[in-house]
Amino acid sequence: MTEVVFYVFAAMAVLSAALCILQRSPMAAVLWLVSTMFSLAAIYVLLNAQFIAAIQVLVYAGAIMVLFLFVIMLLNLGDAQSDFRGTSTVAATLVIVGLLAVELLALLYYSPRRLAAEFSQWPSYSDPATLFVAGQITQQEAVARGVVGAVATPLFQVYLIPFEITSVLLLAAIVGAVVLAKRNV
Amino acid sequence: MLLGPSLALSAILFSLGVAGVLLRRNAIVLFMCIELMLNAVNLSFVALAQLHGAGGYVMVFFVMSVAAAEAAVGLAIIIGIFRHKQSVDLRNINLLRG
Repeated sequence: MTEVVFYVFAAMAVLSAALCILQRSPMAAVLWLVSTMFSLAAIYVLLNAQFIAAIQVLVYAGAIMVLFLFVIMLLNLGDAQSDFRGTSTVAATLVIVGLLAVELLALLYYSPRRLAAEFSQWPSYSDPATLFVAGQITQQEAVARGVVGAVATPLFQVYLIPFEITSVLLLAAIVGAVVLAKRNV
Repeated sequence: MLLGPSLALSAILFSLGVAGVLLRRNAIVLFMCIELMLNAVNLSFVALAQLHGAGGYVMVFFVMSVAAAEAAVGLAIIIGIFRHKQSVDLRNINLLRG
């Protein structure tokens, strides 16, 4: 059952992404990208990442895509001319993207069993058989501390300094966006 | 578990994002394809977090904040360019003669 739902949403995500890059109108492209992001949120739920799914809908499909829509409407780009590149570039793109896809699909050989065999070579890991059971680590953490707590504990303990640096990054982005969008700099 | 299918979906979405960046000339559509690539990376982080613990979720947060910052600054730059050129087509944005 989970597999069926996964493949339905995966097909929806791929189809929406393909339509997003093939639509001439930027407005239609944004709407197809929103559809991709909703499908990804559903897939996150299937992967036991409920909190990430909520954040995906709120931040990506909600905030960032509304920003894109707002800019497209502001610049009045709804009825754009065709902006695809020429035939030679399309052919080169197909070759490059095909090679890239083949390389990335090699990740499919990244299986838990092979990982366990590799980790068993290392002395620090105790028993790989108990370590790599389906979704066990995140499920155990979610049961022990709640869905949000399982994310918050590493965020505010192990990754506290990167978290604070992120706030500086966002401040810089706010200042930069305001300065860039001002009329007379 | 769905680890392998998730990584395959992530690879396909990333490749589609790269194809969009190479195929299109509209600057806003280019930014959307970059967002698509970031989403693909997020998916592989979430899939691998099942094996390696919740550190992958934290990385997803960092990727999302970088994506938000990039979208805000990038769209501000696009608005600035549109104000000068009345266009967001990359053919008209050739100040550096690239």
